[in-house]
Amino acid sequence: MLEVVRTIPIDYYVYLSTLLFCIGVFGVLIRRNAMVVLMCVELMLNAVNLLLAAFSTYLSDAQGQIMVFFIMVVAAAEAAVGLGILVMIYRNTKSTDIYLLDNLRN
Amino acid sequence: MTLAVFLALAFVSVLFALLMVFTKNPVHSVIYLILTFFAIAGQYVLLNAQFLAVVHIIVYAGAIMVLFLFVLMLLNLNSDTEPVQSTKWKLGAAIAGGSLLVTLVGALKGGIQLSMPEVSNSQVGLVQNLGRVLFTDFVVPFEIAGILFLAAMVGAVLVGKRDLNV
Amino acid sequence: MEALIPLIPFLPFLGFVVNGLFGRNLSKTSVGLIGSGALLASFLLSIACFNQVAASGPIQVLWYNFFTVGNFQVNFAFLVDQLSVWMMLIVTGIGFLIHVYSIGYMHDDAGFWKFFAYLNLFIFSMLLLVMGDNLVMLFFGWEGVGLCSYLLIGFWYQNKEYSKAARKAFIMNRIGDLGLLLGIFLIFKTFGSVAYTDIFARIAGVNPDPAIITTICLLLFIGAMGKSAQIPLYTWLPDAMAGPTPVSALIHAATMVTAGIYLVARCNPLYSLSPDALHLVALVGLLTSIWAALIGLRQNDIKKVLAYSTVSQLGLMFVALGMGAYVSAMFHVTTHAFFKALLFLGAGSVIHAMGGEQDIRNMGGLRKALPITCWVFLIGTFAISGFPLLAGFFSKDEIFANTYAAGGRLWWGFAGLGGMLTAIYMCRLLFLTFFGNFRGTEEQKHHLHESPWVMTIPLIVLAVLSVAGGFLNVPHFLHIGTPQWMAHFLEPVVHNSNLSHGGAPHHLEESTEWSLMIFTTSMALLIIVVSYFVYAVRRSLPVADAEQTGISKILAHKFYVDEMYDFLFVKPIEKISQLLHYFGDTRGIDNLVNGVGRGVEGLGGQFRKLQNGNMEYYLLGMVAGAVLLFLTLYM
Repeated sequence: MLEVVRTIPIDYYVYLSTLLFCIGVFGVLIRRNAMVVLMCVELMLNAVNLLLAAFSTYLSDAQGQIMVFFIMVVAAAEAAVGLGILVMIYRNTKSTDIYLLDNLRN
Repeated sequence: MTLAVFLALAFVSVLFALLMVFTKNPVHSVIYLILTFFAIAGQYVLLNAQFLAVVHIIVYAGAIMVLFLFVLMLLNLNSDTEPVQSTKWKLGAAIAGGSLLVTLVGALKGGIQLSMPEVSNSQVGLVQNLGRVLFTDFVVPFEIAGILFLAAMVGAVLVGKRDLNV
Repeated sequence: MEALIPLIPFLPFLGFVVNGLFGRNLSKTSVGLIGSGALLASFLLSIACFNQVAASGPIQVLWYNFFTVGNFQVNFAFLVDQLSVWMMLIVTGIGFLIHVYSIGYMHDDAGFWKFFAYLNLFIFSMLLLVMGDNLVMLFFGWEGVGLCSYLLIGFWYQNKEYSKAARKAFIMNRIGDLGLLLGIFLIFKTFGSVAYTDIFARIAGVNPDPAIITTICLLLFIGAMGKSAQIPLYTWLPDAMAGPTPVSALIHAATMVTAGIYLVARCNPLYSLSPDALHLVALVGLLTSIWAALIGLRQNDIKKVLAYSTVSQLGLMFVALGMGAYVSAMFHVTTHAFFKALLFLGAGSVIHAMGGEQDIRNMGGLRKALPITCWVFLIGTFAISGFPLLAGFFSKDEIFANTYAAGGRLWWGFAGLGGMLTAIYMCRLLFLTFFGNFRGTEEQKHHLHESPWVMTIPLIVLAVLSVAGGFLNVPHFLHIGTPQWMAHFLEPVVHNSNLSHGGAPHHLEESTEWSLMIFTTSMALLIIVVSYFVYAVRRSLPVADAEQTGISKILAHKFYVDEMYDFLFVKPIEKISQLLHYFGDTRGIDNLVNGVGRGVEGLGGQFRKLQNGNMEYYLLGMVAGAVLLFLTLYM
């Protein structure tokens, strides 16, 4: 049995990732810079990754870590497309303020 | 010892995450986020998921965050151009985030009952094992992930093109 | 032969489809040829059917199972027996003549093709009505002729009055149809079938309560009242004269209105079980006969007079039915079809010549300008009045004799009164129109002309039939030709049953029959002579509407029945409708509907503020939603 599994209850990992996730949510809400909003989304994804990895180890099951890989894939794709869109927005509005992105209103 | 390392890493990751959120300068935000990621990579090592830790560093800290940095520098964003949120809104966001945290913790408070296997396999997080699972059980999702990447690549290129005459 | 029977109704239907769909692009000649040709083919097939039925009895053709619900089975099947083949001959024969006539009459009308399409549809419906082997088929035809009647009365729908007349006919027929429908339901409930043969075969087995039989008969009779224009549902028929004259001839004299007679005659096994119902039928018929004849005395519109005459004659037929003299009623249906079609078509010829003028006060002396029309009209008038040896003489006499035999002197007296009145107003019409001096304008006088041959030939054929039609059913005591030929033919389906309404002897002595006949005939002759002197020699004219007084004013206003119906039914319903419109519709439903709309609109306006396009708000909402979700799930 691994050292970590013996000494640290799984709850600790759960609370840690919950905390990180909530910080991410909080950041998404509080910041207006689209760049930082995207970073907060990455943080939220990582919180989930951490949880998956922890469960994977505690259950001795590789599937959790495989899911982490897929999440990384999606995150990378999302970052690429998201940043591309962001650059286009900046080109048009000279800003990354998401308050300006209210084109959907009308 | 392990617990101490866990707590230290947890403290570092939460601290830098908060800093990332609260720093005005987006470049600093990126740096703090990278540091958070390093702390999370430490957690992975602690969890005996070495390959994951390495990939995490390479992909997140090495690729995604560098991409962020490049874009930031390309757009020349700094704390001067940072839009400021109103206090009222900040309060609302704090309440929302806080209540989410409270709710989640409340939901988890009952504890998690894991039926852990008697004999744990310490080889789970190693490359050999992961590769075998990935290319046997998860080969179809793996290929689909490849297609997703291709789509994202094409999408990113199309979005980034200055004049769209397609 | 069996395979050809469905063709009889469906050939006119084909004509309707072709004319209705492509008639606009066809020449008038081809439209007329298609319409009349379909009818001629049907008529020839009907004659073939007639021969077969006469030789080997009824033909039943099951075309297909229309629908089956539980044990309720309706077949699209034809029953061609003596009664229906008789009706088929009348419908297709008279129908064909009227189609030919219409080619001439409607020649200048823009809706020529439409007219022929409707006429063919009408013939189709009427044939379904008489050929169907069950009450549901009859109901189809029943509704079909109602619809065609509506379409044709309102044929010149640009005229508001005409469309009103069409609506009136439709609604009055609907009232009757409800009765018919309820009657059919009750028949099914009682006998478990709607096919005639089943129903009549099961009467003895089911042995229903006499009250139920009476109810069925009365409900069916309500339907017959509507279609055959009996009191109180008769007012639509005179108004139906708004339609083109061939329509009046075809629908409102010769065929459709006889549907009610056909229904009662068809269901005679039921009626014969219910003396009460028959009594009522006779009473309604008698009242209608006299009532309509009285109104007819003071009408000045050539078609209105004929319309009231039709109502009156239909009343007479119902008297015959009520006396159990079903064959006599069918006989009168036949002869009436001949001479009433003749009279209407003659009137159409007159109207055609007068350029649309219908008021007999503006006619007169048309004998010289319209010799053929005048002669055939004269034959028609004499036939309906009961001039010896003409069609109406035999059929009316038979009804009178049967009335005397079954109902006694009082019934006979009143029925005879109706007959006398008929003679009076018909002679008045004849002499005012064709004798004396011309009273119209110079322009009309100049325009007067005999109708083209397509119109006169049907008239002549009908005139011949009106003369000879009576010999179909010559009474025994006259000893001419084959006595009671029609009665013998119809024997298997309908026969005069011996029902007594007044305790009088059932079988009359020959001497009694002779004296009855001589009395009615001499009365008819007397009336003809007197009216000739009054209207043709002394040339007394009906006064203008405003100057009429006393009884004649009441008669001219048709006993104010329309006004009474207006006051009793139409006005209250309108008032109730208006109230309902105001309180129910405007205040209630409209406010409710609009209120819901306004509420949603207002709410939407509030919600719209949420949709401010700001992503932050959406994110906040999302987080709040997630919080709520967790709260409900885990707390």
